[in-house]
Amino acid sequence: MSKSRYQLPDLSVQLVDDLIIRHIDKGSSVIDLGCGDGRLMQRLSGEMNCNVVGIDVELGNVAAVMRRGLPVVAADLNKGLADIPSDTFDFAVLSQTLQQVQHPKLLLKEMLRVAKRGLVVVPNFGHWRVRYEVLRRGRTPITHALPYEWHESPNLHFMSMRDFRELMQSIGLRIVKERPIINGRSVDQAWAANLRADSAFYLLERTSSTTSEPA
Amino acid sequence: MTAAANNSSRPGDGDSVGIVETKFATLFSEASPLKFLNGATLAPICVAYETYGTLNERRDNAVYVCHALTGDAHAAGKHAAEDEKPGWWDGLIGPNKALDTNKYFVICSNVLGGCQGTTGPGSLNNETNTRYCLDFPFLTVSDIVSVHSELVRYLGIEKLLAVVGGSLGGMQVLDWTVRFPDQVRAAVVLASAPKLAAQGIAFNAVGRRAIYADAGFLNGKYYESEGPRYGLALARMVAHITYLSEDSIELKFGRRLQDSDRFAFEMQKETEFQIESYLHYQGKRFVQRFDANSYLYLTRAMDYFDLSEGHATLADAVRNVQARFFVASYDTDWLFPTSQSKELVSALLQVGKHVSYVELACPFGHDSFLIDLGPLTDLISPFLEQTLISAKA
Repeated sequence: MSKSRYQLPDLSVQLVDDLIIRHIDKGSSVIDLGCGDGRLMQRLSGEMNCNVVGIDVELGNVAAVMRRGLPVVAADLNKGLADIPSDTFDFAVLSQTLQQVQHPKLLLKEMLRVAKRGLVVVPNFGHWRVRYEVLRRGRTPITHALPYEWHESPNLHFMSMRDFRELMQSIGLRIVKERPIINGRSVDQAWAANLRADSAFYLLERTSSTTSEPA
Repeated sequence: MTAAANNSSRPGDGDSVGIVETKFATLFSEASPLKFLNGATLAPICVAYETYGTLNERRDNAVYVCHALTGDAHAAGKHAAEDEKPGWWDGLIGPNKALDTNKYFVICSNVLGGCQGTTGPGSLNNETNTRYCLDFPFLTVSDIVSVHSELVRYLGIEKLLAVVGGSLGGMQVLDWTVRFPDQVRAAVVLASAPKLAAQGIAFNAVGRRAIYADAGFLNGKYYESEGPRYGLALARMVAHITYLSEDSIELKFGRRLQDSDRFAFEMQKETEFQIESYLHYQGKRFVQRFDANSYLYLTRAMDYFDLSEGHATLADAVRNVQARFFVASYDTDWLFPTSQSKELVSALLQVGKHVSYVELACPFGHDSFLIDLGPLTDLISPFLEQTLISAKA
């Protein structure tokens, strides 16, 4: 990995968790998709009195969540959420995971099938430094948090904010709120967000035209 | 009530509970008999049980282990130092194990209708001074659990920390959480299901037919004679296949021959292949320790089990449970497949219950929950610890 290549900055865990928690109602039910060791779940349970369930594919993560005394279901997000009944949760969280799943469109639909609202945080590959990197050097960008070469990266999909908005429209999900994250701060609105944001946060909701057939 | 087992654990025993003994409790009375689901009543009922570890002062550290179809109360430790094998779940129960006897008071009892110390069809009916045989009341998983629940009260325990079981034991756990929701803080359901699938009923039917068809069965009144030995052994052989997986049979036996590297070309040689020899051995051993009538009763109890019975949906059935759940299935278990555990997990999620679930990878089929204890320990340990912490909160 070349040091001179641009890296999308590693978002502070604290920042992302705070941002998500701010958009979740106290006492609501939450499913955390790709919950990892259950860090966010613990805050939602402890600070927000939420009824929270995690989903993760790694057995080590399942054990870690159980060590926190919280419930977790081992499942592969690449296979959808077939075992989660519809309309079970108030919120579904998908933090920095969407770019790593095989079928993002399917998972987004599944999220909004099992929960009334979805909270998504994704990197913005539309950032000007990424574009510049590709243009100037013809090299694929690497993120700081996931410093992998293209052939070993868990990031399967590279989307920009504009791409994301367009996808939401095509599958009939409404973006209730969009917050670009710029230089480690989430902002309400930003000029040329698609060029300047490292990542973006979205609050999603179903609309009457949300398609229900598989992607 | 004392927990005698704990005192016998000495340094040097490793992770064993040491030497244990089976105890007996007499439950129910003429005045308040056990009421079976089918309306029959019975009293008194003798229950064989063992305990490991010490019940604490708050009496909130008791963990009840429910055994599977042909298990018994002897789950851990040895009855005598020279015993060849320890109890059936010794790898899971003991100091610093998943059911840590330094922390928990573990109880295991033989089920109602069984033949290893608890009242069953082979027991003496005091009224007639003969054995019950098939006059024993038709029993269900709920009746089994009613007796467990009574034993818990007898031991002076109001609320269990957890109820743990695999297979038919898991069915008991499920029934318990639904019918006595106040008595259980946590439920561990392994390689089990909210109902026995048609395939399971099918194999049970073959086993029972083998027993009925044995000339020694004598309508169940065989206790003065040899009994349906061949039928019972055959039932076990069939059932044993369902506890294994294609992979584990292939790995363990393959097509290897038992005594020679050449075919014998002998039609009546029934132990030519290693797998044949193994199944015959399992059948023979089973007959020495199990009663055919108990086998009939308990497989029927299993067939009848359906947690959602009397409810519109499975989710409705579990709506009032208070316990938190840990559910695990095995990828090679085709008798209690993952899909059935998932059905249970979905129902629990649907009504907002605390449930953790994993499908574990293990080649040993349905028997995995008795064999592959490492991954289970990693998950059950924190599950119980956290339940104990929340119980004290």
